[in-house]
Amino acid sequence: MTYIVKPKNHHPLLEKNELGLTRRDYEGAVSTLCAGCGHDSISSAIVEACFQLSIESYKVAKLSGIGCSSKAPAYFLNQSHGFNSVHGRMPSVATGAAMANHELLYLGVSGDGDSASIGIGQFIHCARRQLNMTYIVENNGTYGLTKGQFSATNDLESKSKYGDDNLFPSIDLPSMAIQLGASFVARGFSGDKEQLVPLLKAAIAHKGFSFLDIISPCVTFNNHNTSTKSYDYIREHNDSLSKPDFVPLGKEITADYEEGSSIEVPLHDGSLLSLEKLSEDYNPKDKITAIKNIQESQRDNKVLTGLLYIDPDAKDLKEILNVSDTPLNTMNKQDLCPGSEKLSGINQSLK
Amino acid sequence: MGYAEFSLSRSKGILVKQISSINDFVIKFANVNGSGSASANQMFAKGVFRSGIPVSPKNIFPSNIQGLPTWFEVRVNEKGYLGRREGIDIAVAMNPQSYGQDVNELKEGGYLIYDSSWSRDFGRDDINILEIPLTKLCVQEFSNPKQRLLFKNLGYVGLLASILEMNKEIYVSLIEEQFKGKEKLIEPNVKALEIGYKYAEDNFKDLCQIKVNKSNKTDGLILTSGNDAAGLGCVYGGATVCAWYPITPSTSLAESFDKYSEKLRVEIGTDKNKYAFIQAEDELAAMGMTIGANWNGARAFTATSGPGVSLMSEFIGLAYFAEVPAVLFNVQRGGPSTGMPTRTQQSDLLSCAYASHGDTKHIMLIPSDPKECFEFAVEAFDLAERYQTPVIVLLDLDLGMNDWSSKEFEWDDAKEYDRGKVLSKEDLDEIEEFGRYLDVDGDGVPYRTYPGTHPQKGAYFTRGTSHDEYARYTEDGVKNAEVLSRLTKKFQTASSTVPKPVFNQEESTSSIGVIYFGSTDCSMQEALDGLEDNNIDVDAMRIRSFPFNLEVWEFIEDHDLLFIVEQNRDGQMRTLLMAEGGIIPDKLVSILCFDGQPITASFITNKIIAHISGTPSVAAS
Repeated sequence: MTYIVKPKNHHPLLEKNELGLTRRDYEGAVSTLCAGCGHDSISSAIVEACFQLSIESYKVAKLSGIGCSSKAPAYFLNQSHGFNSVHGRMPSVATGAAMANHELLYLGVSGDGDSASIGIGQFIHCARRQLNMTYIVENNGTYGLTKGQFSATNDLESKSKYGDDNLFPSIDLPSMAIQLGASFVARGFSGDKEQLVPLLKAAIAHKGFSFLDIISPCVTFNNHNTSTKSYDYIREHNDSLSKPDFVPLGKEITADYEEGSSIEVPLHDGSLLSLEKLSEDYNPKDKITAIKNIQESQRDNKVLTGLLYIDPDAKDLKEILNVSDTPLNTMNKQDLCPGSEKLSGINQSLK
Repeated sequence: MGYAEFSLSRSKGILVKQISSINDFVIKFANVNGSGSASANQMFAKGVFRSGIPVSPKNIFPSNIQGLPTWFEVRVNEKGYLGRREGIDIAVAMNPQSYGQDVNELKEGGYLIYDSSWSRDFGRDDINILEIPLTKLCVQEFSNPKQRLLFKNLGYVGLLASILEMNKEIYVSLIEEQFKGKEKLIEPNVKALEIGYKYAEDNFKDLCQIKVNKSNKTDGLILTSGNDAAGLGCVYGGATVCAWYPITPSTSLAESFDKYSEKLRVEIGTDKNKYAFIQAEDELAAMGMTIGANWNGARAFTATSGPGVSLMSEFIGLAYFAEVPAVLFNVQRGGPSTGMPTRTQQSDLLSCAYASHGDTKHIMLIPSDPKECFEFAVEAFDLAERYQTPVIVLLDLDLGMNDWSSKEFEWDDAKEYDRGKVLSKEDLDEIEEFGRYLDVDGDGVPYRTYPGTHPQKGAYFTRGTSHDEYARYTEDGVKNAEVLSRLTKKFQTASSTVPKPVFNQEESTSSIGVIYFGSTDCSMQEALDGLEDNNIDVDAMRIRSFPFNLEVWEFIEDHDLLFIVEQNRDGQMRTLLMAEGGIIPDKLVSILCFDGQPITASFITNKIIAHISGTPSVAAS
């Protein structure tokens, strides 16, 4: 994670968003990940999504744990505060941060080691608590930073680069997330930006726990022909449920679908997620169908992608705990301290 | 306390000594846990407190919910000596499982009260036995099986009110207060109290020479626990996020914050909470949430005990190195490992002072009574934000979970929170360049920004990896060493503002000093009086914080011999003093109590006298 600053000269004709910003304004430091790493594609998809949504970078907090994936927040949104915490513990830091100020946008970036092994407890409880955040797992099935050990999301039949067998079945994080109560669950592929960017935009717009499992091949340790997380394998086995399109608040819907072939999900901020159905029995609002779809695709050796499940009306943690609409971190002594008169009453009650 | 001899008619003509005392005794209740006894015992203590005599009730309970022996000791002492004292004057033995032990502990001339529905011979003819057939009486008076069991407890409270010649109405009021809102329960409870009271009036007139006489020694005092006080202190200190995981003996601290917040922190109009109370999945998450909230500008804390600190250690190191404020209460229990979860110790000093791998050091505050728990809770948030670092407040089970006759809480409405060096949007506009870890003021304390403050300036990357002054990752060892050195400087700066020690004398006059801390305070005050009675002149100092202030070093410098009194096995405070100040080990003599029971005054005086008079076994301790 060396720090290489990019030059700030912009081409005058670069496309600008509603804030008058270009994509360059959403970039971060130069990546030090391996050339071709899927994580870099995800970083650029995040840049694209934030650019298109005209997000103010400084209102974003980007958090991560430890590992290759967790380095990524340094490579996008330079004007956002970042928190590279400890291994597997990003969810708790995000939870505390979000309780302190619910008005920021919380973007958590984790990996499969970070979320499916060392931090699986925190992942589980963060989903269960419905924290209003976007939680991304950059899933490459391997421990890249320690040079290629299997991770818990690596498939049973997938061998290591050195020919070793993976002895244990993989953990499917999206299935878990759905069971645990996450209200937005999707799977993407770092090599499919067309699908990924609208999914990211919808995840960000969704209120509640948005979980995105993004298959992100590790070019160095898990991109060989016996791997099930390689670019080639995913491209061959990708089974997309829908073509997502995200329409921000106030924009005209231009996508033209045949009747009955699309599903439209209005999100709480007034934006619209529209999904062109690619499968007959696709209903992203039904948990049972969602889990069934995932399990069937696993049985058929396919990698199911797209929006898997959504509950656009779910409550988030702040609402569940009935926390004030005024961010707690802006409250001062007058708001918080009961004062001496109340204290003398308390003294009296303890006699 | 004196002894008056006289005969008891029921003691087969034998002359039995009777302990005779006014407002100075120890009573021990032996019960079965889960039988509702604790609240009756607590009520007994509160009745004495309301009679104007300071009390220190101590719940000695098992790590269990129902069926095991549990004890409740109350020391009543008009002089205000509230440390635990050996020897029992009155035993209320309600648990046949522990009769043997309970009767043995009773002092000669003491009083044994037991449920004589099943009569016993206890094999001691030097104690006074007051028999009351509580079970039979309750079966006669109540039809509900649950009430028959529960009301035995109030029955013996009534008995005690009679034999100690207390004002019964105090207990009637306490019952009325306890069942406010459930008025139907008042009448049967008062009836149970009356049953015991009447039985004693009819049968035990003048059979007990221990009395409670109304006094005024509790004026200005409250009866509360350290955990309750610390939780309230967090409300007053402006904490808005509490993330915690249940663990004895700290649970009631977090619950106190919740209880007071429900009353004091609800937004008028919206009924929404001006706080977030989150029960985490484990201690790691509790600490992570605390750090996340503090990073984002809220005052947040967690409460735990030793095992929790072990689990939180990685995060504590992150907060230290990334310079994120965090407040952690460690209500210490008996260690090591799972240890004695329901017994007290001061054995986490070292694990807290240096918690986490690598070179780390943490500010610690060590209160000694509920009032100080309240004040240090407030102070902890100021210090954590001022120095952008974890602050660990060390209580122990005895201080945290037991009620104490403490001075009233005080609050100065003019007090402002010290939010430390935080740059606002306007500040950022004015400065040319922001470097998160730049030592701008030369005190080792850098400036920080909250996320979301400024569109173009002030963003940085918080990380536990080695970093430079601009929070950028670096593998330059020199840069990293500079950061580590600045952290040392910051710690030194803190040593002048953390709470100073409390001295028992205006000026040192003796060549012998005594150093103590935390809940040892009450027993120490009694011990010092005891030493004076033995013509032993010592100076005493109570340490209240780490890093040690200059005054601590001066006190050590001023004395040739120092006793360090601690409730742990290894003399952890002594180790800290040697490590931090390079003090010669020979000068520091440990006095150590680590059996899980609160240290007593006689334990301290005996050890000091033995050492001074040259008893070798003590000198080696």
